[in-house]
Amino acid sequence: MANLTTKIGDLTLKNPVITASGTFGYGEEYLDFLDINQLGGICVKGTTLHRREGNPYPRMAETPSGMLNAVGLQNKGVDYFINTIYPRLTVFETAFIVNVSGSTLEDYIETAEKINSLSFIPAIELNISCPNVKQGGMAFGVDKDMAAEVVKEVRKVYHKTLIVKLSPNVTDIVSIAEAVEHVGADAVSLINTLLGMAIDAETQKPLLSTITGGLSGPCVKPIALRMVWQVAHAVKIPVVGMGGISNARDAIEFFLAGATAIEVGTANFIDPAVSLQVIQGVNDYLQRHHCESINDIIGALKTV
Amino acid sequence: MKKIIGDLVVSENIPLKNNHFLLKLTQAEPLPHILPGQFVQLKIDDTPSVFLRRTFSINYVDRKKNEIWLLIQVVGDGTRSLSNCKIGDSLNLIYPLGNSFSMPTSSQSRLLLVGGGVGVAPLLFLGAILAEKGFSPSFLLGARNIDGLIELEKFQQFGDVYIATEDGSAGEIGFVTDHSILKNSFDKIYTCGPTPMMQAISQFAENQFIDCEVSLENKMACGIGACLCCVTQTHQGNQCVCTDGPVFNTKELAWQI
Ligand SMILES: Cc1cc2nc3c(=O)[nH]c(=O)nc-3n(C[C@H](O)[C@H](O)[C@H](O)COP(=O)(O)OP(=O)(O)OC[C@H]3O[C@@H](n4cnc5c(N)ncnc54)[C@H](O)[C@@H]3O)c2cc1C
Ligand SMILES: Cc1cc2nc3c(=O)[nH]c(=O)nc-3n(C[C@H](O)[C@H](O)[C@H](O)COP(=O)(O)O)c2cc1C
Ligand code: FES
Repeated sequence: MANLTTKIGDLTLKNPVITASGTFGYGEEYLDFLDINQLGGICVKGTTLHRREGNPYPRMAETPSGMLNAVGLQNKGVDYFINTIYPRLTVFETAFIVNVSGSTLEDYIETAEKINSLSFIPAIELNISCPNVKQGGMAFGVDKDMAAEVVKEVRKVYHKTLIVKLSPNVTDIVSIAEAVEHVGADAVSLINTLLGMAIDAETQKPLLSTITGGLSGPCVKPIALRMVWQVAHAVKIPVVGMGGISNARDAIEFFLAGATAIEVGTANFIDPAVSLQVIQGVNDYLQRHHCESINDIIGALKTV
Repeated sequence: MKKIIGDLVVSENIPLKNNHFLLKLTQAEPLPHILPGQFVQLKIDDTPSVFLRRTFSINYVDRKKNEIWLLIQVVGDGTRSLSNCKIGDSLNLIYPLGNSFSMPTSSQSRLLLVGGGVGVAPLLFLGAILAEKGFSPSFLLGARNIDGLIELEKFQQFGDVYIATEDGSAGEIGFVTDHSILKNSFDKIYTCGPTPMMQAISQFAENQFIDCEVSLENKMACGIGACLCCVTQTHQGNQCVCTDGPVFNTKELAWQI
């Protein structure tokens, strides 16, 4: 067995494979299919200050090698998480990371502050792809200053590992990554979903109630890989890579591009136990390439 | 109920009329307990256009032969590819998923099962279980025309079958909601089919104060309550059709009817 442990800020993961927010529930939904204790970590569903009903149905449309979703952060709010879900999670032996989402700066701060008090949650993933209702619905993560402001304020109240999840719907993802690193992010994770759209030509209607939605799955992988590579070169903090990872080979590509850990998202819908296969496959790869540790391949892309 | 992910082998693939086919799947080990109304998520290793699993109701469980039946209508690439399955092919399923139709209470004896199109699929297994438990269910099945009526002889094994076709080519002419059988009294109605049909039946049941359960077919990604893509509006807010359903009592649903 190669050494698969990896570090993100103060957080040590037993292996670099995390399940992505919004695709793995709270882990409990998957108990019939795999031993979740074997995962490096689990990013739970996007959690907001108040309960959210999300968007109307239809919220999902399949696209070639991928899917669009417009779930709209349906969740029962951070207090429900703390009182009802969190106590059930503390029996597991994996790192639970809470994906913190919001529609105002104050929402993010208050939610992060509440999560900070939970001893069993070692990290948050700050989802800055959410629309800022006070800025006409522009996502926090598409503007350097807005992104930096929310990270800076959350940093003041959140004292454990702070991972900032970047939106790919920007012209220059590197500048956003640098801006959040500068104000105290311990790591960045990318990519969130790409804004897309699907139409039913017969009915001449959009396939999502919201018309546009977030694209994920293997179809986004080349874009995700490119962004991870660019960001990993520009920042000193660890990069958590994701976007279309469906097997160990995909994961290895992200490590080579510079990711310190990876997240598996949409692939969980097709193979609920895929993450364990990824862990096994990464280990096999390391042994086959005579590497002792996952660190040997992080950023090891040969460019000449 | 424990959900299983595993491979089943195609034991029969029977082409039926009107682009339907009946797929029978089996395995050496005994099948888990399966309830009427439950469904499967089937993986189709195919082209990029069939990326997610495909959702199908469990049409029937033959416990003697250890078989699960799926009644499928070809509507796109995934179902077309499945229709070409050969005996002995192995298919990966996640099952049994979802809740189930509830059994009638002791005061409910006059039962009507209303199906439209391929929505009749889960009603066969429900009818079989009801008959097994000593009830005499009646079936009201609707289709555009005579070719759209699938598995009629199988339904007839478990109860009286009434038919409505839009063109009058079989049974009474019109929609199921126009059928004269609805003049009789019923204690409970179960329905699955196109949304407008289920809404009309729900409305009818509500007007007549009849207990009514519908089985919804919202599009799914995960099928296990993780993605929240399949929601329907209920009086308790959005609920997942894949885990809180697919069967809902119409009293729970916040339908615009
Ligand atoms: C709980 C549930 C139970 C179902 N039971 C059965 C069944 O017993 N037999 C059966 O034949 N089909 C059933 N369906 C519908 C079946 O899942 C779809 O027909 C199938 O996924 C289409 O796949 P495809 O690749 O052939 O077509 P696609 O290319 O995916 O789609 C072709 C057409 O079918 C429509 N379609 C796709 N998915 C659905 C859906 N979930 N509901 C309604 N229309 C859809 C699309 O909008 C499109 O117009 C069920 C669906 C659900 C959610
Ligand atoms: C149904 C669905 C729901 C999601 N919900 C969230 C969320 O709440 N918060 C978040 O940061 N990302 C969310 N995502 C994005 C994923 O975590 C991930 O960034 C993205 O899907 C790309 O990875 P993938 O291609 O492996 O799925 C969601 C994705 C999907 C498909
Ligand atoms: S299909 Fe994923 S929650 Fe129902």
